[in-house]
Amino acid sequence: MAASSASSDTPLLKTPLYDLHVELGARMVPFAGYSMPVQYPAGLMAEHRHARDAAGLFDISHMGQLRLVGPDAAAAFETLVPVDVIDLPAGKQRYGLLLNDEGGILDDLMFFNEGHGSIFVIVNGACKAADIAHIQQKIGARCEVQPLPEHALLALQGPQAAATLARLSPGIERFVFMTGGAVQIGGIPAFVTRSGYTGEDGFEISVAGKDAEALARLLLAQPEVKPVGLGARNSLRLEAGLCLYGNDIDTTTTPVEASLNWAIQKVRRTGGAREGGFPGAARVLAQLDAAIAGAAGHTDHHTLKRKRVGLVALERIPVRDGTVLQSFEGHDIGFVTSGLLGPTADRPIAMGYVATAFSEPGTRVQAIVRGKPVPMEVSTLPFVPTRYYRG
Amino acid sequence: MSIKYTKDHEWVSAEGGAATVGITVHAQDALGDVVFVDLPEVGKSFAQGDVAGVVESVKAAADVFMPVSGEITEVNEALRADPSLANTDPMAGGWFFKVKLSDPAQLDALLDSASYDKFAAES
Repeated sequence: MAASSASSDTPLLKTPLYDLHVELGARMVPFAGYSMPVQYPAGLMAEHRHARDAAGLFDISHMGQLRLVGPDAAAAFETLVPVDVIDLPAGKQRYGLLLNDEGGILDDLMFFNEGHGSIFVIVNGACKAADIAHIQQKIGARCEVQPLPEHALLALQGPQAAATLARLSPGIERFVFMTGGAVQIGGIPAFVTRSGYTGEDGFEISVAGKDAEALARLLLAQPEVKPVGLGARNSLRLEAGLCLYGNDIDTTTTPVEASLNWAIQKVRRTGGAREGGFPGAARVLAQLDAAIAGAAGHTDHHTLKRKRVGLVALERIPVRDGTVLQSFEGHDIGFVTSGLLGPTADRPIAMGYVATAFSEPGTRVQAIVRGKPVPMEVSTLPFVPTRYYRG
Repeated sequence: MSIKYTKDHEWVSAEGGAATVGITVHAQDALGDVVFVDLPEVGKSFAQGDVAGVVESVKAAADVFMPVSGEITEVNEALRADPSLANTDPMAGGWFFKVKLSDPAQLDALLDSASYDKFAAES
């Protein structure tokens, strides 16, 4: 048996919760340049189930937090993403995609309109330095780009997350999915949004690094709450059909290939009031038009060659990222970008890219696992119903 | 009967010309919750070091190497049905396969319990 292990000579960064993770018995691994807890003694399966059944606490302080400030911030940020930033009301959060000039995805992110010309942005840990440099270079003259490296980020996720937090922060239950605001949790100032990366109801909590450990201990002292590591974070997000940057999306994939059309609001699409005006718009909008025509029965396999889909293995064999997908005639038609045995789905699930002709749910393909074909079926996403609280 | 270990974190329990093979306590701990095993075909022969199977947790997949040369005589169907046996009972009920040894002298070069424990602690 040989388990692979990553090694690096670069010293790993620590989040403000590092000592707490070690105290809790976490197995620490390198991730996005940080030493992060992949699992605690309970183990990945138990942690995954706890987040589905009760409330799991995640340290996601490796992620990048920044603020874009100034009267022109929304209009400026809109030039970097195919997303409606300008019309997002204050107090609301939205998913966005930073694109390069080819329409490839530099990063995916969440942004929140704080009002008064201030946008709070959360980006992926592994991308944050490049993102901040990119944003600064492109729109630094139009608004102030303020990285917030001293802020920690926690997530409390699960069906009991809201009731738990409401005990410590009365009124917090007023927030619905993708909204949030400044609150106090047990007297600790924090900024919360009702969102997450598990498919469950829950909150992400931005807090000053100096207060992070006290807040984490307060949350862990609640009877519903247990710590959850990055391992279960990955299985939870895959079951929820959510992309992992670097696996399911990257600079070689466009938003339309990635089946993230829903993230491109009408106002930025062909015929919209603020059509285009983002990097790679010509390519992305041509693909989007082809996808819409395809849905209406006029398929254009040339403009949109491939799509991200969900896949379920028809045998109980995990199909992992990098696995080649073939037609039953033996032609390569795509590859898997994330895959594992879903602890809640209780079957092998995956996401990957397939040629457009193979992207309809119900289409059968075969994955070549260790030289042997494993039948898979294209599936709708998510694999496990999401339980966001929409009020 | 003696139990020997490999640097691939497998154990080999040999008696006469036959051996039972599994993964160690350290191995299952490093892998986490085992959710799938791919076991070799009975009757197939492998050389020492060949990949004979696969063990997968939710987060990782690892090859199972042939610790000694020989022919597969039996595989653990209970483990196939319930891969978590590799976690809960790695040294007994979670065995992987049985081998008819083609070169029993290979056993002599494997690690004894004390040497393996030292190796595992350092790895």
